[in-house]
Amino acid sequence: MSLQQAIAQYLHDGQSVAMEGFTHLIPFAAGHEIIRQQKKNLHLIRMTPDLIYDQLIGMGCASELTFSWGGNPGVGSLHRLRDAVEKQWPQPLTLHEHSHAEMAVAYQAGASGMPCGFMKGYPATQLAEVNPAQIQPQQCPFTGQWLSAIAAIKPDVTILHAQQADADGNVLIRGIVGAAREAALAAKTVIVTVEQQVEKIDADMNAIVLPRWLIAAIAVVPGGAYPSYAQGHYPRDNAFYLAWDEIARDREKFLSWMQSHVLALRDHAELLQRLQVAA
Amino acid sequence: MSIAVMNSEQSSGQNSVPNYSRDEIMTVTAARQLQNSAVCFVGIGLPSAACNLARQTHAPELVLIYESGTVGTKPSVLPLSIGDGELAETADCVIPLPDIFSYYLQGGRVDIGFLGAAQIDRFGNLNSTVIGDYLRPSTRLPGAGGAPEIAMHAKQVLIVMKQSPRSFVESLGFRTSCGFMNGNGQRRHGEFADASAGAGPQVVITDYGMLKPDPVSDELTLVAVYPGVTAAEVSAATGWSLRIAPTLTVLPEPTAAELSALRSLHARTEQAHANPVRIVLPKTA
Repeated sequence: MSLQQAIAQYLHDGQSVAMEGFTHLIPFAAGHEIIRQQKKNLHLIRMTPDLIYDQLIGMGCASELTFSWGGNPGVGSLHRLRDAVEKQWPQPLTLHEHSHAEMAVAYQAGASGMPCGFMKGYPATQLAEVNPAQIQPQQCPFTGQWLSAIAAIKPDVTILHAQQADADGNVLIRGIVGAAREAALAAKTVIVTVEQQVEKIDADMNAIVLPRWLIAAIAVVPGGAYPSYAQGHYPRDNAFYLAWDEIARDREKFLSWMQSHVLALRDHAELLQRLQVAA
Repeated sequence: MSIAVMNSEQSSGQNSVPNYSRDEIMTVTAARQLQNSAVCFVGIGLPSAACNLARQTHAPELVLIYESGTVGTKPSVLPLSIGDGELAETADCVIPLPDIFSYYLQGGRVDIGFLGAAQIDRFGNLNSTVIGDYLRPSTRLPGAGGAPEIAMHAKQVLIVMKQSPRSFVESLGFRTSCGFMNGNGQRRHGEFADASAGAGPQVVITDYGMLKPDPVSDELTLVAVYPGVTAAEVSAATGWSLRIAPTLTVLPEPTAAELSALRSLHARTEQAHANPVRIVLPKTA
């Protein structure tokens, strides 16, 4: 299935969507397709929003964000995210904020069919005060110890990028995997883009493989994680992450970049071609 | 700043007083806090620079864990993000993110948590969430990431931060991660003793010197300064009325070997991050 078809068929306005991949394997191609199809009022979920969520937020696709660290890693702010929170541009963005550990627990609970998960450390941070709908103190029935209960995250749609899919549609993810597996198992619908389709996936016995029957749609999109990276295929374009700071700082500059690099292009292959020509 | 040219024999800072910046002595001082073979959970930025400097100088056996799930990683350049490919390629193992927080951190297997933040208060509580009102902040910061649990569960916490009245504040905009809460042993008692296996922040290293918590009140106290720094300067760079130890230690200058290791680490990093990426597109079926 093409990525255009997958997004058109399985992701609808107003749904919650988790696009995971921790620094690595970030589904940029899928995010750009969502922007091209001008989806609205999405509830975006992701531990580290990163540049792709900066772009989705700045293009007005999102009304809510569940997250645990919203910056440009190693560079600074996500300026479009900040603009939405500080100045409500282009529209207000409701935040549901966690720590990484909380989100990991929330995805695990979602994947396990549990209403919530538990962890230590309730009194330590003020996150519970600003997110009471998802973080509550709870006493252990056996020891009396105070814990944090974290509401499960169950995305309508989870979108991942991975290295390989085999002919049957089993998907291999390797390298830094973040909470990709948990986010997939927590979702009602899973869409995956992969670097390549192979006869037989190159997986060790304990590798992270998503079996074909968990996945609604697979699209082969080489370079689909660029400017993040795909271990074994291409490295992270750190220079792009540094350059994004300047592009995203200004609303007009941002809109013009999105127009020429996303909206005006047919797909991710065209973007890669364009950036390589420009380089 | 001029960079002094040194030969490799000049390893003692005593004879050859090298030129160095405040940032450099801060990073070197932070690196010196890390003992060989400790298991250290590393934050990005200054903590990452200090940890990798330590590993390349006096602590080659230091075990570095990044929250991306890379355990025992040995990067040759500083990662721009906590999930760069080199961290995975040079790690002893790469594990799913829920495992790193549940089994390694909350499970009590981390000796040292190394953190920075936008704001700190006198009890070592940290803010990396917002400046101003939470719903209508004047500055929206990136948020918590791994910090709240690192601050709670690492056996001890080291903090490295540049010091100014804007970062060392009387009252935090938001408590993202706890130090000693309101002090006077609060962390060692009641629900805190239940929740936390860790002893909290033991050292705060700044670009002026070093602060440590008072053993009774838990209040951060200036205990050491870099050569040429006065207590009055440090007080002026602090947003609360800073406690100062009766006797201030003067911290040793960086050695030529430390400076050279740090500078070559930064030079390699800068070069690596500027490399253009060429994607070789695989043939699709």
